[in-house]
Amino acid sequence: MRELSLNVLDIAQNSIKAEASLIEIELVESTEKKELLIGIYDNGKGMNDEQVQAVTDPFFTTRTTRKVGLGIPFFKMSAEMTGGSFGIESVPGVGTKVRALYKTDHVDFTPLGDMCSTVVILITMNLGVDFIYKRSLDSKQFVVDTRQLKEILGDVPLNEPSIVSWLTDYIQENTKQLTEV
Amino acid sequence: MKTLEELMALRDAAKANLTTREDSSEVTRIVVGMATCGIAAGARPIMAKFVDEIAKRNLQNVTVAQTGCIGMCQYEPIAEVLVPGKEKVTYVQLTEEKVAKIIVDHVVNGKPVVEYTIGAITE
Repeated sequence: MRELSLNVLDIAQNSIKAEASLIEIELVESTEKKELLIGIYDNGKGMNDEQVQAVTDPFFTTRTTRKVGLGIPFFKMSAEMTGGSFGIESVPGVGTKVRALYKTDHVDFTPLGDMCSTVVILITMNLGVDFIYKRSLDSKQFVVDTRQLKEILGDVPLNEPSIVSWLTDYIQENTKQLTEV
Repeated sequence: MKTLEELMALRDAAKANLTTREDSSEVTRIVVGMATCGIAAGARPIMAKFVDEIAKRNLQNVTVAQTGCIGMCQYEPIAEVLVPGKEKVTYVQLTEEKVAKIIVDHVVNGKPVVEYTIGAITE
């Protein structure tokens, strides 16, 4: 993957496939520690210990179209090659938490890329799923929660073109604010 | 700066303009493959381009959705266009330029862009 935001899009598809109704995507960046944490947490159907062991194996997949599954292995590799770490916890019937920690000053750190596009596509293509997107840089943070947006919108869908364009600008502006002094 | 108050105003405007979608037998569906293979090959900007073109042209009765692996990973990004009453058309190795042409020729004017289809590539 050329951008970490594409890994996030890919991993979140697993949560959707696991019938999650709420998916939280968290990005925590520290300039001092030169670290970035990416977490994807869902309330989907979860996995047993055996499955958790198996998902980091590229030759394990639930898909039926072919025999390899590279989503989790790619994500894990992207973190470990920066000297960071990767973890996955899951409880059947409760949900799954996937975390990747990156050393942002490492030469093999993949740029985060267009996180806004990932979040907007996830939200607008999965209207039946709620998303919480939390992003922080040092002491600054912003949060988008689709439950709050849906409450405001009532029966106007989040994929209405004028709403999609508002959402895109809203996320971009808030992201930009994090880096401004 | 975008605010939640602004969202409320947009909601009210959208409510006034909400045209009731005609029944689903009239809806053209575009499905983009968004598994690991599709995403790695560039499905995200392809998806965004479809959404964008449909919004820009204010096309009613056209929806875009995502699906998993279509099973031909080497031809990703892939999208399927399903026009009611017509056979499914599978487009492969998509680019943003191809998407624009598919929207105009196929979705708006009903003529599939044969040279971008799986049939043309594998011949």
